[in-house]
Amino acid sequence: MTKEKIKEFKSKSEISTQTKKDSFERPDGRKPEEIRPMHAKVGVVPNADGSAMFSFGDTVAIAAVYGPRKMHPQHSQDPEKGTLRCNYSMLSFSVAERARPGPNRRSTEISKITEWALEPILMIKRYPNMVVDVHINILQANASTRCAGINAAALALAHAGIPMKELVSSVSIGKIDKLLVVDLNKEEEDWEEGEGSTDIPITLTNSGKITHLQLDGKINSEELKEVLKLAKKVNKEIYEVQKKALKESIKF
Amino acid sequence: MEREVVIPGEVIASGEEYLPGEGTEKRGGDIVAIRYGLAEESNRLVKVIALSGIYQPRRGNVVIGKVENITFNGWVIDIDSPIGAFLPLSEIPRYVNKEGMSEVFDIGEMVVAKILGVNGRGIDLTIKSRGLGKIDEGMIIKINSNKVPRVIGKEGSMINIIKKETGCNITVGQNGLIWVKGDRIEDELFVKKAIMFVTERSFTSGLTEEVQKWFDKHKKEEGEKEK
Repeated sequence: MTKEKIKEFKSKSEISTQTKKDSFERPDGRKPEEIRPMHAKVGVVPNADGSAMFSFGDTVAIAAVYGPRKMHPQHSQDPEKGTLRCNYSMLSFSVAERARPGPNRRSTEISKITEWALEPILMIKRYPNMVVDVHINILQANASTRCAGINAAALALAHAGIPMKELVSSVSIGKIDKLLVVDLNKEEEDWEEGEGSTDIPITLTNSGKITHLQLDGKINSEELKEVLKLAKKVNKEIYEVQKKALKESIKF
Repeated sequence: MEREVVIPGEVIASGEEYLPGEGTEKRGGDIVAIRYGLAEESNRLVKVIALSGIYQPRRGNVVIGKVENITFNGWVIDIDSPIGAFLPLSEIPRYVNKEGMSEVFDIGEMVVAKILGVNGRGIDLTIKSRGLGKIDEGMIIKINSNKVPRVIGKEGSMINIIKKETGCNITVGQNGLIWVKGDRIEDELFVKKAIMFVTERSFTSGLTEEVQKWFDKHKKEEGEKEK
């Protein structure tokens, strides 16, 4: 990008922020399109067939993959194709107030959502009667835990040598009052001033296909189109972090 | 060709002159990796060498397994793969009385066998070949099945060094189980150490020479200990 273009870009973005909201500032001082610092590492669980850690700032997720292995109980075996089974859980010390361990309504839902987000990229047709187990644990939570979980799970699946079409990256886009921001934290998620806060977790493949989109709050269709554009843009950054983690885990 | 780490969805080569091999897929004019591993190209064939994942049984593989069950016409063998393996009575090189099946292979015993074929229902094994049959003494070492090619080396170069230096008999199963038989238990433990050395450094180039050096160093230490 040339200098003029950068200047032009900067002035444009300034105008748009100002028109939307008079000098709005995010609680942690980030720019609207700035993701919290990301870290990714593969091979964190030695006993698993594949594992990975992914973090957005204070949100840390660990994913471990086992299999493909024989499905038990036998009545849930599928003789036509392999099955993906996800298990999301928030550890009791991951939030300020101790969370009661074990499955609950929320974690069951997120487990299912994660399964749907990952299934389209997996090529597990060749493993009939078998199951791939993905266990996601949230070590620290500061919103966007399902996105961190999906990012970690995608890495762990690749690390386990499961055939897949491509990688997925997940990010949450939010609308605080009238401004679109990337990667919400807890404080922003609970925003109540103005129009309040809308949280939209989106999972995209590297080629830009949507595998998962959730919406919690209110937004109009024009803004939703903007959200998708924004997600496609920032997903590139996440993909680079994931790619780097996988490539650097092998030393010659 | 330089080996390169690839991730699923990454384009390895583009152009009509390349052919997609194992672990790759053709998408438009590009050859795309569908699994994580090392990309390699030879004679226009592009493939991805897997570094992780479960053991994929193939016809002709020699494997080591444990007898899990005895049925009326054969033995069920656990070869560390999600699909069950079966050794039928007809694949034993001599006559076996159906009442005396547990005397041939009893539950819990280890067997070296060859894969006859893989079908949708399971894996068929045979022991009708030289070097196959029951394991009665020695030690079993388990490694990641993806590292078996490194332990064997090019045309058996690596395994031959280990055999020569330790004087042990070694059978490597493609499923990652290795049977070691030596005169002394110390020799067998030495083989285990050497194999662990190889698996930990499986990405190093010129590994065979390094293993030779490692043996020279450790041989000296052993000699000094005995003095």
